[in-house]
Amino acid sequence: MTVPFYVAPEQVMKDRADYARKGIARGRSLIGTVFEGGVLLCAENPSRSLHKISEIYDRIAFAGVGKYNEFDQLRVAGIRHADTKGFTYSRDDVDARSLANVYAQYLGQVFTHEMKPLEVEILVAELGNSDQPSQLFHILYDGTVMDENSFTVLGGDAEAIAERFGNEFMPDWSLPDALKSAIKALGGPDRALSSRDLEVAVLNRSNGRRAFDRLDIKAIESALS
Amino acid sequence: MTLPIFQAHEDPGPSFVNLLTKQRGNLSSHVNRFESSNLESMVTKASIPHGTTIVALRYSDGIVMAGDRRATEGNFIAHRRIEKVFSADKYSAVGIAGAAGPAVEMVRLFQTQLEHYEKVEGVTLSLEGKANQLSQMIRSNLSMAMQGLVVVPLFAGWDLQRRIGRIFTYDVTGGRYEEVAYHAIGSGGKDARTTVKLGFRDAMTRDEAVRLAISALYEAADEDSATGGPDLVRGIYPIIATVERTGFARVEESEVAAASQALVASKSSAGGN
Repeated sequence: MTVPFYVAPEQVMKDRADYARKGIARGRSLIGTVFEGGVLLCAENPSRSLHKISEIYDRIAFAGVGKYNEFDQLRVAGIRHADTKGFTYSRDDVDARSLANVYAQYLGQVFTHEMKPLEVEILVAELGNSDQPSQLFHILYDGTVMDENSFTVLGGDAEAIAERFGNEFMPDWSLPDALKSAIKALGGPDRALSSRDLEVAVLNRSNGRRAFDRLDIKAIESALS
Repeated sequence: MTLPIFQAHEDPGPSFVNLLTKQRGNLSSHVNRFESSNLESMVTKASIPHGTTIVALRYSDGIVMAGDRRATEGNFIAHRRIEKVFSADKYSAVGIAGAAGPAVEMVRLFQTQLEHYEKVEGVTLSLEGKANQLSQMIRSNLSMAMQGLVVVPLFAGWDLQRRIGRIFTYDVTGGRYEEVAYHAIGSGGKDARTTVKLGFRDAMTRDEAVRLAISALYEAADEDSATGGPDLVRGIYPIIATVERTGFARVEESEVAAASQALVASKSSAGGN
């Protein structure tokens, strides 16, 4: 019988984290921010059909960066979780906090127990109401949860983008202002992104029960003009 | 609750019903629970609320669906304000007749099913796809139907591909039939159908269609004790909805009230016959 080499747990965790981070850094980034009418999610995504942003429930949206099949599996699981909960109890009992917690548990479990960590970062956004501000739960590949009330950036190069975006951020800005700043921050100083490179969706208070709305190219262009 | 992640070969796909079955074991366990008790004797005592008449008809821009507000337990009036017409999703409406409990539950499941599919797949089902889904739900209710808990919905909506309004009816076995112009179901369905038949024309306007639906329910209530007519004393009027290319819309209660009052006034000025 061969004795396996001893590898320090710190080293195992570090290797896994590096592996996950490398996978995530290969993809394009995404910004989630609040604006006066709700929450804006803006991703750099040239594909029209492979979405990074999606509806989970009446007031909850999902966004993911990294490996598509992995965050898409999480997206579908989130829809299943929310719909089952809403059907068993009531539509009012579905909230982003509990969804963020089950995501975090799952990601944490995979990170420590499986061979390969998930190469994803996800965002669960919930539209606020008169009593409660909108919330953005940013969840990392190892299950770390960060809770934001203003904006958050996912993906490779997140720090630089967050710095550019943070300089312009205002909590009560309009949708066109927020979108323009998001596009500028995602592109950086050297690149100008066009509406064809973007995937944009909002959770809008004026949309009624299902607040989620995906903006098509025409809607993005009219918001930018 | 933990995150519902499935192995590829066990994945329930975009179906919410399959998902529930995976998570809770067989959905029909509800049914089995009933089967062991002596449900039949309960039902023959008619102690379970039953909803009654629903009518749907086509007009130039879509369809209108209307339902009375009464639920009965045998010869008693169980509820005066029950709602039996619902939006199934943005482009379709469903009305229910039969045992109110399972019927309302079926509508809730149907609504969740359509929305679930839409979110998971990123596209909506075709109108025909929705109609077939409902058909399967009725079929899965068959063993309850055999014991008296019959649920028969009426389904109608705007077909986004063909750009027309379409109406579907069902039987207890889940059989699905498309109607060309109009249909009515429930205990007062026959009288409602006759009224619509006499007043129906091709390409009616929305207002004409709403008035015809109100008058169909009025005539049904006149002949059938289980169907509630317009209640001028309490201010209870039918629930009416339209589905057009812009989607599902409830007709304002004030509009239904005014049209119902006008109908009653014209009946009494004609000598009440």
